[in-house]
Amino acid sequence: MSTRLSKGGRLIDRSRQASFTFNGKRMAGFAGDTLASSLLANDQMLVGRSFKYHRPRGIVASGAEEPNALVNMGEGGRFEPNQRVTTTELFDGLTATSQNHWPSLEFDVGVVNNYAARFLPAGFYYKTFMFPRFAWKHVFEPIVRQSAGLGKVPQGPEVDRYEYAYAFCDLFIVGGGIAGLQAALVAGQAGKRVILVEQTAHWGGRAPVDGDVIDGKAADAWVKETVQALEKLSNVTLRLRTMASGVYDHGYVLADEKVADHTPGDGRPRHRLWRIRAGKIISAQGAIERPLSFAGNDIPGVMLASAVRDYVVNFAVSPGDRTVIVTNNDDAYRTAIALKEAGLEVPVIVDARSNLFGALPAKAKAMGIRVEAGKAIVKVKGGKRVTGVSIGLQAGEGAVLEDIACDAVAMSGGWSPVVHLWSHCGGKLTWDDAQAHFRPDAARPPTGQDGTAMVAVVGSANGNLSAAAALADVAAQMGGTAVKAAEVKEAAMEAVWIMPQGAGPALKMKMWLDYQNDVKVSDVQLAAREGYTSVEHTKRYTTLGMATDQGKLSNINGLAVLAGALNDKIPNVGTTTFRPPYTPVPFGALAGESRGEIFQPLRKSPMHGWHEAHNAYLEPVGLWRRAYCYPRAGENHEQAVNREILNARANVGMLDASTLGKIIVKGPDAGKFLDMLYTNVMSNLGIGKCRYGLMCNEQGFLSDDGVVIRLSEDSWLCHTTTGGADRIHGWMEDWLQCEWWDWKVYTANVTEEYAQIAVAGPNARKVLEKLGGMDVSKETLPFMTFADGTLGGLPVRVHRISFSGELSYEIATPASHGLALWEALIDAGAEFGVMPYGTEAMHIMRAEKGFIMIGDETDGTVIPQDLNLGWAISKKKADYLGKRGQERTHLASPDRWKLAGFETLTGGVIPDGSYIIADGHNANGQRNTQGRVTSTYYSPTLKKGIAMGLIKGGMDRLGDVVEFNTITGGTVKAKVVDPVFYDKDGEKGNA
Amino acid sequence: MRDPVSPLGNASFDGFCTIKEIGPLGMISLRAKPDVKELAKAVKAAVGTSVPAQRRIEIAGDKACGWMSPDEYILILPYAETGAAMAAIASEMGAAHHLAAVVSDARAVFRVEGDKADQVLAKLCPVDFDTLVEGELRRTRAAQVAAAFWKEGNGYTVVCFRSVAAYVMGLLSHSAEKGSELA
Repeated sequence: MSTRLSKGGRLIDRSRQASFTFNGKRMAGFAGDTLASSLLANDQMLVGRSFKYHRPRGIVASGAEEPNALVNMGEGGRFEPNQRVTTTELFDGLTATSQNHWPSLEFDVGVVNNYAARFLPAGFYYKTFMFPRFAWKHVFEPIVRQSAGLGKVPQGPEVDRYEYAYAFCDLFIVGGGIAGLQAALVAGQAGKRVILVEQTAHWGGRAPVDGDVIDGKAADAWVKETVQALEKLSNVTLRLRTMASGVYDHGYVLADEKVADHTPGDGRPRHRLWRIRAGKIISAQGAIERPLSFAGNDIPGVMLASAVRDYVVNFAVSPGDRTVIVTNNDDAYRTAIALKEAGLEVPVIVDARSNLFGALPAKAKAMGIRVEAGKAIVKVKGGKRVTGVSIGLQAGEGAVLEDIACDAVAMSGGWSPVVHLWSHCGGKLTWDDAQAHFRPDAARPPTGQDGTAMVAVVGSANGNLSAAAALADVAAQMGGTAVKAAEVKEAAMEAVWIMPQGAGPALKMKMWLDYQNDVKVSDVQLAAREGYTSVEHTKRYTTLGMATDQGKLSNINGLAVLAGALNDKIPNVGTTTFRPPYTPVPFGALAGESRGEIFQPLRKSPMHGWHEAHNAYLEPVGLWRRAYCYPRAGENHEQAVNREILNARANVGMLDASTLGKIIVKGPDAGKFLDMLYTNVMSNLGIGKCRYGLMCNEQGFLSDDGVVIRLSEDSWLCHTTTGGADRIHGWMEDWLQCEWWDWKVYTANVTEEYAQIAVAGPNARKVLEKLGGMDVSKETLPFMTFADGTLGGLPVRVHRISFSGELSYEIATPASHGLALWEALIDAGAEFGVMPYGTEAMHIMRAEKGFIMIGDETDGTVIPQDLNLGWAISKKKADYLGKRGQERTHLASPDRWKLAGFETLTGGVIPDGSYIIADGHNANGQRNTQGRVTSTYYSPTLKKGIAMGLIKGGMDRLGDVVEFNTITGGTVKAKVVDPVFYDKDGEKGNA
Repeated sequence: MRDPVSPLGNASFDGFCTIKEIGPLGMISLRAKPDVKELAKAVKAAVGTSVPAQRRIEIAGDKACGWMSPDEYILILPYAETGAAMAAIASEMGAAHHLAAVVSDARAVFRVEGDKADQVLAKLCPVDFDTLVEGELRRTRAAQVAAAFWKEGNGYTVVCFRSVAAYVMGLLSHSAEKGSELA
């Protein structure tokens, strides 16, 4: 059984206990523990079930590469699935539950899959998706849904905060092991701006555990001194618990800092996502130990040799009294020595190599440890935990020579450099035959904008696995004062991909490559037999390396097995693609600050608070929230809209029109410029006058509309639609900066400078006159004019323009007076029956008047001529934007669908989106069409349905009865009519 | 004339820095090319400063002139003085091609004050504060919206559009929460 040792543990503080629960069971650990070390200290070897077969799974690793030990962390608003126990720092009150078990961790029904493994072979998904068709939906999917899936989806919102932070540096160094620290020191002392990040809570990486000696000092002491030296450099930033997630073009790096994962509820943001622009990136990410593929290598208690060493040295946790070591290299002997020094038993070291002559094997032997050369583990015994191993010849087929009882197995298949950050932007790898791993190929780096290397790799991440080689690598690449680590002579490792090498199918079916996705040696070999020769295809076919650990342990073993099955060389088979993130990043961290009130910028007019206080129902209009209607007690939205319209028609209504775009255009060439932008003439507009205009794009399609007013001899103010404000301003600047750069015109977007209020209805003038301050009479201020003045003591510009068809004033005032003016108008209008109206009433009133709406009557394929707006297109002008486009044959065709009004024969409302059907069917068997509805409403004024639409023939079809389709089936008959339904002569607006 | 109202009524927040919506503050957008000889006199007459160089802001007491683009400047002055300044600009610029518009009410203005004020902004704006020099006006974005700021006293003055004042206040407050200091 695994337990806590009475002495030692360089990272734990025995004076501070932390209690936690796992599956509801109370357990205790120490400050400095990871959840993994504290689970092992409590003899919790079984921590989860595998994805496909629900096999019992224990902790394999001690770091980010852990494939098995994923848990549901926390509760309620802090619940998060798939948390690796090896990277989770223990804190008092932590709660965790195991995942993927049903009904319980100890007894799992799904383990039956174990015995039905031949029904879930490699390519299971492909095969069952393909044939038989009914089987997926009715047989496989229900079973898979019941048993598969990692973790649970969090329910409800989370309680923690997240944030981003931006940073800049000359050098961004990833990895706080000895190579990263030394690289940071050299660069920092040279005056470079350096950021050094380390994903764990501790500096120094593996060196202290491995007993390295640097500059004559124990690694721990050297690390401490170096960190202190770095802390004194103001140009160096050190960040622990920060995982560099990805490298992107132009030296961009994302890094996820776990600010408060280990101190939940202390008010700090839980994670912080760093967005870093670096001159150059140095990866010192280290290396990851590989498992060996022997039968039963997934049974709880089988761990990486380095992890066993970590648990003993860092946390004083023993994985068991008796640990068998199995290896193909000298490094694993360090684990045997560490165990022995901790007073634990190592029954045997099983070494696949035949000749052992390194210093470490000699030391182990001298300590009295039995070493078996040329041997293999034939299989591991045990179910939910290891009980023993059977030993045989590595060169053989699996005949058992000896059974040895043990509680744990520490395995080492060699080390693979972590090449992720090197690879993200295209760094290439080279195969190192001596060490049996891929390492960065310095000749083929990821390049920056100047064509030089953007990323460099130092230390064991560069294939320099020993401390001495790692530090020599830093010195070679970065210069500075070289530090030397004591050299420990290690003999060559020997690649072992299958153990024993001649194992038959029965053993290979129990050799796990990918623990999390349940991919075995036999699966990869099957995929090869079925023709999956590309590593990328094999990955997807078998799901090798596709789990949340992204194959950190399984990739190299898997592709080596594939290469063996294809009888090809490993470098020819190649690797799959390394993609960000290096380890999973919470969605919360990616969302950063944008949630709740600041999820997105909601634009608010100066009167927004008033609308909210008066029960406005708000609708999104771009990022604005505009009042759709103001329902009163007992009213639904439709009733509110109808009331608002009838009141505006009978008395007076008020609309918040502040969102309309307002752009000043000024200069000697401003008139010429506007004549090019608008289809009609604006240069001859009189000062103090208003004119409606249309803007088209170069293709001739209608793009925006609005009222232009002339402020002075050389300045105009263009009103645009709400959605057009920024777009049209950009459009204007585009033409002025890129095409007509020599025209003397300046523009200024003053949309937000002014609040704008439409006061519309027969009583509108009375309301303004009651406020007083300026003459708004018909004589002084006739239709389509404007005047500056004051109303109720507030500075205003009053426009006599009307989108409702009523007597209407649109009043602009500086935004800081907007609310005051709105409230003054509401007060003054009380006796005249004033009511606010929303955007829906505005839409319906304009439709009653036959006014088009950009976005309803237009959709990017409609030209002004289609909408009978030829009157607003100058025939005299030599040119305007869109003129040539409109002359193209298709746009000039008399067959185009053109605007008309529609009324149903019953008085009902035509459904939105309906098409006008025509005789016959098209080549696709669809009904032919001859038009479509663009605006359709119930008109409370006329007490019937009204609509505008486009129909072939347009107004020439007056009086025809046509049929609109409906999505519910059947058709609606409607008569083609004049689209101006209300006040055809415009007497009201002119009043 | 009634008093103008700033978008958030001078809301404030105390975190590891102080956030305060200030204003109303007078602002004039002045568009003219830097080589127009009348420009220097107009800026001088309006706010009493020289014409700022690229990415700079010239500050004189409660007035300032900032560089916004190769042909755009922002004049900053007390809210009530924009009328006089506009008249001064018109008179100095004369017939020279330019555009001046009062934009005081189109903006919201914040002060972020405290020793770590740069950290508040570094969470929202992709700006390298180590290379940001005194007297620099930085146009950038704050999370999802356009923003500009400059260093003044023990903090920064941040300008954004009025309609997103509440959003920016939310951003600044969130970023200034106690305990979330970057260093």
